[in-house]
Amino acid sequence: MAARKKTAKPNVSKEELLQYYKDMLLIRRFEEKAGQLYGMGLIGGFCHLYIGQEAVVVGLEAAAEEGDKRITSYRDHGHMLACGMDPNGVMAELTGREGGYSKGKGGSMHMFSKEKHFYGGHGIVGAQVPLGAGLAFADKYLENGRVTFTYFGDGAANQGQVYETFNMAALWDLPVIFVIENNQYAMGTSMQRSTSTPDIYTRGAAFGIPGETVDGMDVLAVKEASEKAVAHCRSGKGPYILEVKTYRYRGHSMSDPAKYRTREEVQKMREERDAIEHVRQMLLTGKHATEDDLKAIDKEIKAIVNESAEFAKTSPEPALDELYTDIYADA
Amino acid sequence: MTNMSMVEAIRDALDVVMTKDDRVIVFGEDVGYFGGVFRCTQGLQEKHGKLRCFDTPINESGIVGTAIGMAAYGLRPCIEIQFADYMYPAFDQISQEASRIRYRSNGDFTCPMVIRMPTGGGIFGGETHSQSPEALFTHVSGLKTVLPSNPYDVKGMLIAAIEDPDPVIFLEPKRLYHGPFDGHHEAEAKTWKGHPLGEVPEGYYTVPLGKAAVRREGADVTVLTYGTMVHVALAAAEEQGVDAEIIDLRSLLPLDLETIEASVRKTGRCVVAHEATLTSGFGAELAARIQKECFYHLEAPVRRVAGWDVPYPHAQEWYYFPGPARLGQALLETLEA
Repeated sequence: MAARKKTAKPNVSKEELLQYYKDMLLIRRFEEKAGQLYGMGLIGGFCHLYIGQEAVVVGLEAAAEEGDKRITSYRDHGHMLACGMDPNGVMAELTGREGGYSKGKGGSMHMFSKEKHFYGGHGIVGAQVPLGAGLAFADKYLENGRVTFTYFGDGAANQGQVYETFNMAALWDLPVIFVIENNQYAMGTSMQRSTSTPDIYTRGAAFGIPGETVDGMDVLAVKEASEKAVAHCRSGKGPYILEVKTYRYRGHSMSDPAKYRTREEVQKMREERDAIEHVRQMLLTGKHATEDDLKAIDKEIKAIVNESAEFAKTSPEPALDELYTDIYADA
Repeated sequence: MTNMSMVEAIRDALDVVMTKDDRVIVFGEDVGYFGGVFRCTQGLQEKHGKLRCFDTPINESGIVGTAIGMAAYGLRPCIEIQFADYMYPAFDQISQEASRIRYRSNGDFTCPMVIRMPTGGGIFGGETHSQSPEALFTHVSGLKTVLPSNPYDVKGMLIAAIEDPDPVIFLEPKRLYHGPFDGHHEAEAKTWKGHPLGEVPEGYYTVPLGKAAVRREGADVTVLTYGTMVHVALAAAEEQGVDAEIIDLRSLLPLDLETIEASVRKTGRCVVAHEATLTSGFGAELAARIQKECFYHLEAPVRRVAGWDVPYPHAQEWYYFPGPARLGQALLETLEA
């Protein structure tokens, strides 16, 4: 990934910058805690951490308005926290407890929130993409001016149903923003070994869908691109593709031998391109915050995350009769 | 009452529901302008507009996937997959998204949608236009699977399915679209004119999902069947002079076990008939249920009559199709056993 472009004078207030910092830090600390709970055996099965990609969803959410919808894949914890879902409910779903968003029935990859217009949380690569277009269709049908953020990864970008969806979304001018979170690895397969085009967004041209690529390690760049995409969709011009180049520091899921990339590559990204450190430096050099202010934020976030872990440990396991609930309306 | 074909009854049901509820939208391949390959949606776009009845590209996964998104958001999509044989690219969406959004979201989001699909053979469609995949759907928790056999039921059940809070797989036996078919392929094709179940009430009514119908009362053997085979069974019983009780299941999931068990307990004998291939077909499920619930009432083994375990043939269609001769033979053997 190229070095960070020098942004001229960032058009952002102190409050906004602090908010992005907090939002990204919450995701990172939450995910670190999830990793710990996994290591302790409190979380079982799959757990795809978002560490490294925080600027993507925080930048995108900065342009969202009340009523806008979001839908994503299985690497979904960050999206839920960024749209304001309760960390307790997310963590308790990871531990499979009654207090989880899906009462422990969904697990890490399958959570939803009607209140926050979060439509999951989907465990099959690419399967959420046509659903996102359906949500956008409903918005258009209801003429409510809302948009849908449909997230998927560089791996999903090679699934056929993504292109079925591109065609329909363009054909019907649906207000959907396709966000390709390109973290460069589909599990253990690099872009070079799986994808014919270095810039996936260019595939939209075949359907007449405009798009662009954006530096996903720079929350302000993502925010700016997101605002442009949202304005396009909200004005009735149809879909837009944002390919956000990002990087995940951790493995694909929890058991990842990490043989497909070097330790140095990961280390270099962490040291030179980290999105949270970037904002931290902007806060300090712009004199928007002191080291002490940032320490206080750190403490505040640590408390939220610890509380979520405590809740996730102590919330009861779902009752046995939950096995048969929420399968049909009358059962 | 108006005499209608199944096609007309389906069209009428869609019109009634679209008029009643503007959340209902109808789409699929050739569904809008063309009116559907079997004409089931003819005239709906003209009447209800292009936003409520429209054509899609040929992409089944995308059709089902977008419909799920609409349903999760509160619309009531009723989509058409042109032939049940075309649903395989969408099977991921059907079996893992539509069926489980309610469960996985703890009831936050649901999927009130209907997927209509013409099913079964009898029209020389060959292996990719004749299949009966109902057992693939009944194997998935969270789906309802129904298969009406006449115009009266198809209208009432389609309205009930669209109003149902859960995803419904709505299989339409394509050989019955224009008339009842008893398996005598050499005979002249009949229409629904003059058939009592071709008489369809005007306007709104429902036939509840999950209720079987006794098409012929009888004392000696129970026939459990659905779709085209209902008409074959009636003919077979008549031709062999067997006093069979013929049950049209109509709805496979939910299944009307009460009606099934009461009948088998009464007759003590049971033949299960379907057009789909034998092995792992829905008949296996029925046979297993009966032996569990009616074991001490049975006087003969439960017999299955089904398509052979081969791809649906083209030229040899009538060797594959379990017609009245094959079913009649099974009735006689079950009575003698």
